[in-house]
This record gives sequence, C-alpha cells and structure tokens, in this order.
Amino acid sequence: MKRQFKLLFLVMILGASFVSNGWAGSKKSADKVRIGVEGAYPPFSEVGKDGKMKGFDIDISYALCKEMGAECTLVKQDWDGIIPALLAKKYDAIIASMSITEKRKKKVAFTIKYYITPAKFVRKKGSGIEITKAGMKGKSVGVQSATIHDNYITGVYGKDVTIKRYGKQDEAYLDMKAGRIDLLLADSIALDDGFLKKPGGDAYEFVGPDLTEKKYFGEGAGIAIRKEDTELAGRFNKAIKAIRANGTYDKIQKKYFKFDIYGK
Amino acid sequence: MSFSIIFDNWKLFLEGFVVTIQLVPLALFFGFFMALPLSVMRASSNPFLKWPTYSFTYFFRGTPLLVQVYLFYYGLAQFSIVKETILWSFFKDAYKVGLLSFSLNTAAYTTEIFRGAIERLPLGQIEAAKACGMGPLTRLRRIILPIALRKSIPSYGNEVIFMLHGSSICSLITIIDITGAARIVNSRYYGPVEAFFTAGVIYLCLTFCIVGIFKQLEKKFLSHIRR
Amino acid sequence: MFNFLHGYGPSLLEGAFITVTLSVVSLLIATILGLITATMKLSKVRSLEIIGGIYTTVIRGIPDLVMMLLIFFGGQVLVNRVVQELGYDGYIDINPFIAGSMTIGLIYGAYLAETFRGAFLAVPVGQAEAAKACGMDSWTIFSRIMFPQMTRHALPSFGNNWLVLVKSTALVSVIGLEDVVRMSDLAGGSTHKPFNFWVACALIYLAITSVSNFIQSRLEDRYNVGHREEGR
Repeated sequence: MKRQFKLLFLVMILGASFVSNGWAGSKKSADKVRIGVEGAYPPFSEVGKDGKMKGFDIDISYALCKEMGAECTLVKQDWDGIIPALLAKKYDAIIASMSITEKRKKKVAFTIKYYITPAKFVRKKGSGIEITKAGMKGKSVGVQSATIHDNYITGVYGKDVTIKRYGKQDEAYLDMKAGRIDLLLADSIALDDGFLKKPGGDAYEFVGPDLTEKKYFGEGAGIAIRKEDTELAGRFNKAIKAIRANGTYDKIQKKYFKFDIYGK
Repeated sequence: MSFSIIFDNWKLFLEGFVVTIQLVPLALFFGFFMALPLSVMRASSNPFLKWPTYSFTYFFRGTPLLVQVYLFYYGLAQFSIVKETILWSFFKDAYKVGLLSFSLNTAAYTTEIFRGAIERLPLGQIEAAKACGMGPLTRLRRIILPIALRKSIPSYGNEVIFMLHGSSICSLITIIDITGAARIVNSRYYGPVEAFFTAGVIYLCLTFCIVGIFKQLEKKFLSHIRR
Repeated sequence: MFNFLHGYGPSLLEGAFITVTLSVVSLLIATILGLITATMKLSKVRSLEIIGGIYTTVIRGIPDLVMMLLIFFGGQVLVNRVVQELGYDGYIDINPFIAGSMTIGLIYGAYLAETFRGAFLAVPVGQAEAAKACGMDSWTIFSRIMFPQMTRHALPSFGNNWLVLVKSTALVSVIGLEDVVRMSDLAGGSTHKPFNFWVACALIYLAITSVSNFIQSRLEDRYNVGHREEGR
C-alpha cells in the first residue's frame, strides 16, 4: 500500500512538471495574428519543394500583415476543419480563398472580398458530357467537401449525379486523372493553374458556362474572422483597401495571373 | 452544444453505420481465409514458404494502415497498367480498394497471431497424431489448426477491434462510413464535438458488442483449459 | 533517387524527423499516464479503480482517428472555456504538435496501463516481502527489486505498443501536423506522382520499425539475463 502511494506521488510530480512545460500559455496581444491557411489549393496555396507555403493567398496574407503592422504566424489546417478550428480559436483569421456566403455568415464574419473568380466544370476531352441534367445523369462529379462547389452540385444536381467529396482539391485532381470521376467542379482559376496547365492536363477541358449564381457562389473570396472580433475585421478591411491602392496587390497578382482577379 | 445537428442528419449516420458494419466483417472474412494458409507457410521451415510470407507480414505490420490505403488508392492509379486494363474495373471503386487494403492488412496481423499459436503447440500433440498414423494434411486439419485457432481467440478478438477502429481511415478516401458521416456533419455544420462524440459513442457500442461476442466464444471453446 | 522524389526528399526527411520526435514525446506521456493509471487500478481504493477502469475502457473502445479529431477540436473548446471561467483574458495556444502528442499519449496511456498492471502482478509478492525483511525501504524495494523485474515482464508488450503508437502518429497529418504522411500527401498532390511518395513514406516507416525491433530485442536479451528459457 505504502509503496504504491510513493510510486503514485513520484509519477504525479513527473507528470505535473511535464504538463506545465507543455502548455505554452500566450497572452492575446493586438499585434499578433494567427492566420489559418490550407496548403493544397494551387495556385492560391500550396507547399513548395522546400516544405514552405507559397501561393496567392500566402503572399496576400503576408502583405496584409505588413500593412497592418501585425506579427503573423500561418497555421496550416485541412479544409473540412478550417471553420471549426477558427471557432475553437486555433487561429484568428482564415485566408484560404473562402467564398463569402450567407450560410457561412451565420457562423463567422467576413471582410470585404479580396478577389472573385467564377466556378466551372472540367471534363475529359472527347467525353462529350454536357452540363445539363440529362447530360450529367449517372455521371460522377468530384468536388472538395464543404465548399461552395459542393453546395452547388448538391443543391442543383444532387439527384442526378454521384457526388464524390474530397478533403483536398489535389485529391480530386488525382482521381480525375485516374478516371474515377467524370467531371470536376471547382474555381476556374484553381482548375486552370492547378490541373489543366499541369503535365497531363491537356487531355481535359472546361465545359459549360461560368458559374456565379450568388445563392451558391457568394460574393467572392473574403477573410473569415470570428464574429466577436469586429476590430480585427476592420483592420483587415482597411489593409485590403490599402494594398489595392498602393500597388502591392497588383504586384502579387502579376506573379500568378495574367488578368485581374479582383473583379468589379 | 446542440445535438440537433446529429438528429437532423441521422440518415447520414445510419448510412455510415451500414458501410462500417459491412466493410469490417467482409475484410475480416477475406483476411481470415488468407491467413489460414499463410500462417502455415509462415510457420513452416521451408525458406521458400517462410520468407515470402514473412516479407508480406513485415510490410503490412510495419507501415500504417493509412499509408497502405493511400498507396493502393492514389498510388496505384498512377500506372497505366492499372488504369488501362481490366484491373481498373476493380481499382476504380474506392470501396473495393478500401476492402482490399483492409483485407490484406488484417490478413497480415492474423497470420502472425495464428503462426504464434501454431508454434506454441505442444510437440506431444503432433507426435501423438503421427503415432496414430495421420498424414501431414490430416494432422493440419484435425489437430494443428483446430487447437491453434482456439488458442488464438483472445488475440484475434483484439485484431477484430483494431480492424473496426482502423476502418475509420476509409473516410479519407471518399467512403462515407461512421467517421465519414461525422466529418461531413462537422464541415457542414461546424459542430466537431457533437459530430465526433456521436461517432465515438457508436464505435464504443460496437466495440462492446465485439468484446461480448468474443467472451462467449472463449467460454465455449476455451473453458476446458481455463484455470 | 532525387528524381524519383522530384526534389521533395529533404522535406520528406523533415517530416520523418517530426514523426520520430512526436512518437517519442507521445510515448513519454503515455508511459506517465500508464503508470498513474496502473497504480490507480492496483490501489484497492474503489473510486480510483473505477476511474482507471473507465479511462482504459473508453479510450480503447474508440478509434484513434475519431479520438484525435474529438480532442483536437473539442479539447481546444474546453480549454478556452476553462480559461474564460478563470477570468484570464486570452487563450491558451495548443499547437498541433502538443495537441497530437497529448492525444496519442492519452490513447496509448490506456494500453500501457494494462501492460504495467500485468507486469506488476507478474512479480511474485514474496520478492517484495523478502526485500522488506532485508530492511529495504519502499523506494529501494521499488527501484532495486520490483522495477527490474517488471521491466522484464513489460518489455515485449511495451515494445508492441511502441510500434502501434508510431504507426498511429500517421493520423496526426489529419490535424495538420507536418509529419512524414502529410509531406508525402502534399508532395504527391503537387507532382501528381502519388505512388513515388507513398512508397517512400512506407519505406521510412519500415526503417523506423526495423530499428525499433533491433533495439527491443537487445533490451529483452539484457533484462532476460538469468531467465533465458522462460523469456523466450
């Protein structure tokens, strides 16, 4: 009995010292901002050969932080947990090409948009699939889970097609190349740069119209913030306007795109 | 915290539940029947039988199930020999690829469990069978396997639970099982605690069922050697 | 080789390093939790036994992946709430490495508790009694008599749990930690050559497993001195 208590005591001390080292408490301060990013959504965000993050969203994040005079850390998070992790305070803002939609606004607040591009379908050349309910009947469509594209295909074609939902956009590309799915639905820029222009992408093509229906596709990509952090949202809004005005935005944009993705 | 998002999506969870309780028994079934010959080969002293099976179990027991699933699902689709032949009708389907990787994985673990039991068989039993004039196949069928399988029941029970838990990985390759349902609910309604708590409770109940079944099996087949 | 990995070799190795450190830190946490729980279960104090029992049963009944997602998201919400209740204006930042190692530690603590409990019970009571009769105090009894013998009984199962633990760190890639699995996943996605990276990833795990097996068998040999036949 005595021996066991001694053991318990020893173990508790060990445990306590370990735990107290492990939990790094950090006080919230105004000039430290943690930003949630994704990392599997080229050309907006991807991981380079050196293991570092790169892409339009990443450059924009750093530019906005510089503008705000804030010290930023990027936190990587898979898409399907990206809003829950914001709400759980794992970071303070999401800069991950997230579209501003009514449904998301119920949970989080958004800044003004920082770009807007239409969504589009991609098919294999020669497959002849048309973007109509009849033409798509029985076909399988790959989308990233919990995106505007997921909502659109579920809402509009949900009864006609088989929907395959992926955790990462890259995984949907791999399965399109493998031939497990007949159509891809995603952002047109992401599809163009991340899929069609990659080696082997020339066997595929865009099909159907540019999709911009506000009910599903929202008002463009914005930065998501927790609803109570109104001050931070204000700072981001100011910074977006500032980098638009001082040419930083254009400089970043030219690195990735030949045309203006900010929209009207 | 509101569990209404779970009740609103009970159909999704039910679908996921059905997938899990189909996939796991099927994988266990195939794994079990692969493991029977493999374990005999693995326990044999013939190097041509022993080493190939050893490499097989070493690979599948030495790497994470997650990596195996990704390797089979995304990895193999890179090759035209898989993509452009009859093989594709199999590899096209995420469910079948999941089933294949789970079956091979559980076959590897089960093989080692059975092999252990075969090697621990008292020599006297086999000698007695020989003395009765049984041939090698008869010995295997009537003495070695029955005794080894009975002795494997407790560790095989653990393997069944591991397979149930491992099956949650198929949610990462577009299959909607219990975990997949929880992930969809989380990403759509942003209720991680509710979603994964519910999934956890379902798995816990299934685990208890498996433990109960194996307790009964032990009672039935192992009571004669219980101390 | 470098062409095979399209220049992603170094970042894969960095991932492997994270996998190994995460595994070691998790094992440390699991060992501590396992010892505490084993002590509780052996304590003959009814309430402690029950708590220990609930912990080991619940943890071992839920898949690692679900547990990890639950703790990663739910744990943070809980911590935030506690911090707020205490009137601390801010948050406690749990990075993925700490969240991951805590979760894996918590899971494998439950498995190791059974290992330690079994090992403790496997040492004959007479040994401790004899030591006491020789005038040893309880710490000396533990460190000189019980611990070395427990180690011998615990090693095989401890080693097994270590191997399972290493493999289950693969799941932390899902919560965003840059381990070898996540690096392989990202590299495979970027290059559209997933096979190459999953093979490389599997080989890295096989290497870790093989080194572990080697160390384990050396340790077992050492602690089995004087018990050759029995230990085998």
